[in-house]
Amino acid sequence: MRVNFVLSEVVTGLRRNLTMTVAMILTTGISLGLMGTGLLIANMISDMKDIYYDKIQVSIYLTDDVTEEQRAAIQAKLEASPEVASVIYETKAEAYQRFQEQFSQQPALIENTPQDALPESFRVELVNPERYPVIAQEFPEGQNGVDQVRDEGDFLDRLFSLLNGARNATIAVAVVQALAALLLISNTIQLAAFNRRNETNIMRLVGASRWYTQLPFILEAAVAGLIGSMLAIGGLVVTKLLFVDKTLAGPIRSGIIPPVDWSAIITISPIIAGAGIGLAAVAAYVTLRLYVRL
Amino acid sequence: MIELQHVTKLYPASGRPALDDVSMEIDKGEFVFLIGASGSGKSTFLRLLLKEDAPTKGVVKVNDKNLNTMSKWQVPKLRRTMGCVFQDFRLLRNKTVAENIAFALEVINKPQRTIKRVVPEVLEMVGLEGKAHRLPNELSGGEQQRVAIARAFVNRPLVLLADEPTGNLDPETSQGIMLLLERINRTGTTVVMATHDYHIVDSMRRRVIELHEGVVSRDQSRGVYGVGR
Repeated sequence: MRVNFVLSEVVTGLRRNLTMTVAMILTTGISLGLMGTGLLIANMISDMKDIYYDKIQVSIYLTDDVTEEQRAAIQAKLEASPEVASVIYETKAEAYQRFQEQFSQQPALIENTPQDALPESFRVELVNPERYPVIAQEFPEGQNGVDQVRDEGDFLDRLFSLLNGARNATIAVAVVQALAALLLISNTIQLAAFNRRNETNIMRLVGASRWYTQLPFILEAAVAGLIGSMLAIGGLVVTKLLFVDKTLAGPIRSGIIPPVDWSAIITISPIIAGAGIGLAAVAAYVTLRLYVRL
Repeated sequence: MIELQHVTKLYPASGRPALDDVSMEIDKGEFVFLIGASGSGKSTFLRLLLKEDAPTKGVVKVNDKNLNTMSKWQVPKLRRTMGCVFQDFRLLRNKTVAENIAFALEVINKPQRTIKRVVPEVLEMVGLEGKAHRLPNELSGGEQQRVAIARAFVNRPLVLLADEPTGNLDPETSQGIMLLLERINRTGTTVVMATHDYHIVDSMRRRVIELHEGVVSRDQSRGVYGVGR
C-alpha cells in the first residue's frame, strides 16, 4: 500500500469539500459530545447510588419528647430485627451539623433554622431495601416516641429517575445528532466519490483493488470522525472546568454530587474516539457499497 | 485468448438483447476490428470482456478463465491483464503525462523503482519522450491518445481493448495511432478495436467482426469495412 498516495488523496478530498467537511465534523462532534455527557451522567448516577444507597435506606425520626426508655427500646428492637443490617443513631446536634454541610451554599437557610429544629433519628440500613413496609409496620408513627418513619430509598428513587431521565434525554439527542452526522458523512462521501470519478474509473479499469480504491474515502470519513471526537472531548474538558468544577463546586465539596473526575473523562475519551472513527468509517464504507460504483 | 459461447446480454430497460447468442473466438496475438452501427452491441461486447457487466446467458472466457464464475475480488487481477483506450482519452487533467502513466502503476502497487524505469520506456515507445512533464491540455488530441495508449500498455497487458480510439482524431493523426496499435500488436498483445472508421479498416486488412443488432453478421479474416456504409 502506497501510504503517501492514500494520504495525499485523503487531504485533497477533505480540502475539496471544505464546507461539507466542516459540517460533518461539527455534527459528529456535537453528537459525540452529547454521547460523552450521557456516559458521564451515567457514571455520576452509579457513583451517587454508591454514596446514597450505602448510607441509609430508612430513617426513623423520633418525637421531641421521646423518653430515654423509648429510645432504648427502639434501638434494642432494631438491633434484634433480622431485617436490619445496621443502625446509626443521630442526635439533634449531629443532624444539624449534617444539615449545615448539605446546605453550605445557602447560608440564609442555615441561619433561619434553629439548632434544635431537626429531630434525632435512627438511620437504618436494611438487609433488603425493599422490605421497608415491614419496618414501617413495626414502628407505628406517633407511638412509643416514633414521630415518622421515612423510606429514604423512595426519595432516592425519584431523584435517580430524574437523573436517569436526564441521561436518556441526552443520549436520545445524541442519537438524533448521530443520525444527522451519518447522513452528512454519507453525502460527503458521495460527493467526494463524484468529484474523483475520473480517478476511480481509471483505477477500476487498470485493476486497482477495491480496497485501494475505497480506502481514501473511508480514511477521509475516519479522519473527520477523529477530529469530531477530539472536538467532543475538548468540549467535555471545557464543561468540566467551567461548569462542573466552578458552578457545582459547593454541592460536590459537601458530598451531595460526586465530582466528575479526570479519570472518568480519560476513560470515556477512547470510547468517544472509537465511536466517532468507527461510525464514520462504517458509514463511508456502506455508502460506497450501496451508492457508488467503484 | 478471448472466447464467447452463445452469449446473450439483455439490459432490463430494453426489449431487444444488446447481444443475441453471440459465439466467437479470438486467438492470442490477433488484431480484430469490431464494426457495426451505434447500438449494434460493440460496447456491450467490450464491457463483458472487462467484466463490467455479466452476460444474461452464455460463457465469456478471457485467457482461459471463465468470467462468469470469477469472484469479485479476482476482477482487478483480470483487468491488470487488459489495457483500455477510449475515444475521449480519459486522462487526469491535473496530472502530467508521466504522472498519468505512473498513476496506473501506483494504484496496482508497482514498486517505485519499476515505475521510474518503465514510464520513460513506454513514453519513448509512443513517441512522447520530450513531453513527460506536460499537462494533458497542453497536448494535441493525437498526443493525448498516445498518452492513453501508453497508460494502457505500460503494464504489458495480454489484451488491448480500444473503443473508437480514433473517433476524435483527424485522418492523419489516426494513421499514427494505428501504426502505434500495430506495433503493440506485434509485441504479441491481442488488440480488439471497435471502430466506425472505414478508411482504417479498409487499409489495414485485418480480421473484421461485424455486429448487427446484437448478432454477428460477418466474421472475416483480412476483411474490409464492407458495403452499405
